[in-house]
Amino acid sequence: MARSRSFDVRRQAGFPAVAITCFILLYLPIILLVVYSFNAGKSIAIWEGFSLQWYVSAWENEKVQDATIRSLIIATCASVIATSAAVMAALATTRSPKFKGYSVVFAMINQPLMIPEIVTAVALLIFFAMIKVATGYTGLWYLILAHSAFCIPFAYMPIRARLQGMDLNLEQAGADLYGTPWRVFRRITLPQLWPGVLAGAMLAFVISLDDVVITEFVKSAGQDTLPTYMLGQLRRVITPEVNAISTVLLAISVALVIAFYLLTKSGKPKQGDVQ
Amino acid sequence: MIEIQNLTKTFGTGAEAFTALSEVSVTIRQNEFFTLLGPSGCGKTTLLRTIAGFVDPTSGTMTLDGADVLASPPYVRPVNTVFQNYALFPHMTVAENIGFGLEMQDRPKAEIKQTVGEMLELVQMTPLANRATSEISGGQQQRVALARALAPRPKVLLLDEPLSALDFKLRKEMQIELKRLQSETGITFVFVTHDQEEALTMSDRIAVMNEGQILQIGGPKEIYDHPAERFVADFIGETNFLEAELVSVDGEVAETRLPSGKTISTRAASGRAGAGKVTVAVRPEHALLEPPGALIDGKLENIVYFGTDTHYHVMLDGGARFVVRRQNQPDAVEAYTIGDAVGVSFNPGVGQVLRD
Amino acid sequence: MAETREISAARRRWMLLAPALAILVFAASGPLLIVIMYSFLTPGDYGGVIWSFSTDAWFNVVAERDFFDETLSFSDAHWSIFWRSVKLSLMTTAVAFLVGFPTAYFIATRPKATRDIWMLLIIIPFWTNLLIRTFAVMEIIRNEGVVNSVMIGLGIIDEPIQLLFTEFAITLGMFYVYLPLMVLPIYASMERLDFSLVEAAYDLYASRWRVLKRVIFPLVKPGVIAGSILVFVPSLGAYVTPRVLGGGKQLMLGNLIELQFGQGRNWPLGAALSITLLAIVMIALMVYVRSAGREEVSHG
Ligand SMILES: Nc1ncnc2c1ncn2[C@@H]1O[C@H](COP(=O)(O)OP(=O)(O)OP(=O)(O)O)[C@@H](O)[C@H]1O
Ligand SMILES: [Mg+2]
Repeated sequence: MARSRSFDVRRQAGFPAVAITCFILLYLPIILLVVYSFNAGKSIAIWEGFSLQWYVSAWENEKVQDATIRSLIIATCASVIATSAAVMAALATTRSPKFKGYSVVFAMINQPLMIPEIVTAVALLIFFAMIKVATGYTGLWYLILAHSAFCIPFAYMPIRARLQGMDLNLEQAGADLYGTPWRVFRRITLPQLWPGVLAGAMLAFVISLDDVVITEFVKSAGQDTLPTYMLGQLRRVITPEVNAISTVLLAISVALVIAFYLLTKSGKPKQGDVQ
Repeated sequence: MIEIQNLTKTFGTGAEAFTALSEVSVTIRQNEFFTLLGPSGCGKTTLLRTIAGFVDPTSGTMTLDGADVLASPPYVRPVNTVFQNYALFPHMTVAENIGFGLEMQDRPKAEIKQTVGEMLELVQMTPLANRATSEISGGQQQRVALARALAPRPKVLLLDEPLSALDFKLRKEMQIELKRLQSETGITFVFVTHDQEEALTMSDRIAVMNEGQILQIGGPKEIYDHPAERFVADFIGETNFLEAELVSVDGEVAETRLPSGKTISTRAASGRAGAGKVTVAVRPEHALLEPPGALIDGKLENIVYFGTDTHYHVMLDGGARFVVRRQNQPDAVEAYTIGDAVGVSFNPGVGQVLRD
Repeated sequence: MAETREISAARRRWMLLAPALAILVFAASGPLLIVIMYSFLTPGDYGGVIWSFSTDAWFNVVAERDFFDETLSFSDAHWSIFWRSVKLSLMTTAVAFLVGFPTAYFIATRPKATRDIWMLLIIIPFWTNLLIRTFAVMEIIRNEGVVNSVMIGLGIIDEPIQLLFTEFAITLGMFYVYLPLMVLPIYASMERLDFSLVEAAYDLYASRWRVLKRVIFPLVKPGVIAGSILVFVPSLGAYVTPRVLGGGKQLMLGNLIELQFGQGRNWPLGAALSITLLAIVMIALMVYVRSAGREEVSHG
């Protein structure tokens, strides 16, 4: 008679168990963190019933309000700046054959991904300190520019991927029908590029919103963002208020990442579009 | 040597269940070149993979040299496969690929080295022993795949359409090469193809498959001259089918009456009995074109010249079409023109009564 | 005519690149050069620098000068921090490989329709806040955390074990936050794996373990190397995770650097340490590029 178990070439003993453990490990801490944000008690370890009190107290905490607004301003400005710059850079690096200096430009754009954050943070601390002394300006723009810089590669990647999958003939057809370069870009390139731009902007926003290290080094006194505020809180007695803030931030990130995923998946150029 | 009994394989369950093999029984003998022939999707690969151990049959038995092998995983069966896409390991050289099976069997280093050398010699690849597998041609990859599967000296070598990726000329060369390798090594070859010509020229015996079943097993000549079923007759070569009446059967000889009223002696599969309507298959080259008054009469509809031979399309009086093939002779004058009344005849014993 | 057109195309290209490059030069690459310069200056008393040339910072990276007799000796403190950084990063990489490889394999062997979902489950944590994930680990391993309460509840231990603020905590945290970086590239090469090669190996008498070792692993090695680099590099420069989970007791390189700009107030030393870290990372990246390049050549 036949064997009860058939020979599966893909099976490796123990691998599924490790994988499932891995997924549990990945999510268990986050889930617990979210659960305890709803704790009625003061502890982040003993469950004392359901309550929204920590969300209320975070909402009413002026420092949290302050940091939230600052985080949103920085993330919005940085993602707009980084995405605009990334669109232009992507147009410059994909529409023409490889040019002299391409590899240097490519390395420059991706540099924030390769260099340890702490090194960049130190460099910016020193550099901005010099400028602060020279100009006396201590506003938010240091943070916005620093965030823009490390957001550029994240915005650049999906835009470039989108551009590479696009049909050059369409633009040529547009030019053939008397479209000036700018109008061709507006009416033909940009509408097709849009999902990539949106995806890039969303990634940039998430990355900016989550940054700790560079912000911690660059910020002037009283310029806490949500993550640096939380980092400061971790030194004290921790209440579920931190969990509540974390949960909100997590929710934003997860929502944006899933939107990003759907956008890049469904927005993929159709087979026919690709040459 | 390989005994397969009532093997059935059903993929999936419920509404999606699909039977790829149904009640297949076959015996493959020692040292023979055995071919599985059939159209795409008929279950050839499934049968081969069952022998190799990658497909677990739903029911049935299989023994190799008398031992039940269905329970053993592929890596203990003394059976090796030449994969359709060769499946050469890209991170190993030609020699390392060939030695892989021996290495997995933990044979001594010296023996591996010697056998690999012999195999390289056998497939004429010695100069390319240390090449990467991506740096050799398709035909050479084919040879390496063969050598790799032969190196552990398996009891059976399974080949799944190994020549389909090669161009025409190379395919012809490899057909001869494969026959040579088989006789030199004395290993049983089970060969899959959907190319009838390839099957006929290379095989000792052929199993013709369709829709998960084996329809007929026999030597090339037997399969060609005496197809047992309409599908076999149709799939291999060209055939004319004639409606007829079975008059009497005596062993393998059957008397049949054609619609024209004439009676002719034909062959029938043994065990065929009884009377009634039957189909008689006649190969075009076994029939003759004659003036009217022959076995069956009709009208010449078309003449198609093929270089080596000429096909005469005849519309029989009963309404069926019949093709007669005649070898061309130099300077022969065409005796018939389209529209002529003609007759068709064939010798006793040429027609084959099909199992219906 | 054609020539002027080419020139204008080049000009247009550089104009399009200008904003991105300007931002990057201003807020990423440019300042790195200043760091190099700072590493050769003299520290100021309250942070900052005095503009006089000195190589002291570079000596101080590995050695320390005695306050009184000015003799140089090995800086045990710095060496132990270097060593800890490398050791914990290697351990993190190894554990991430041991868990990440089977996970990537598992995902790559799922039906095509569900693979994307599994991968999304890997990617989501990666895009969520690193600080929050570190904090989540901290919550479960602290003395009153889930791990200790469960073990006490089960009677395995009587007293909570000190897990937080140990090297174990840092390694666990880094493993946790960087694991997706191991799974992603391994999965990418695993997905392209031709399973008929695996079949061929089984056909040639390889056992499951040997198929893994001799066929699957060598074929996905580029992914494994990429994943290891992606985990090792950020681990080596980690700052947040050791700060939160090491509690200021178990310093790593990132924390040592930060100290020079805070309490320690030795900016040139901090600059020199940063460049040292950068150099180690660059060497790791170069090794990777080399080996990736070689793989490509040999596999055609
Ligand atoms: N794993 C599977 N799951 C479901 N159906 C399968 C599976 N493998 C094969 N089949 C089906 O079984 C039938 C026989 O397949 P098989 O590969 O044996 O055909 P084949 O004779 O080798 O055809 P070809 O000449 O095209 O290679 C096909 O209809 C195929 O769709
Ligand atoms: Mg097949």
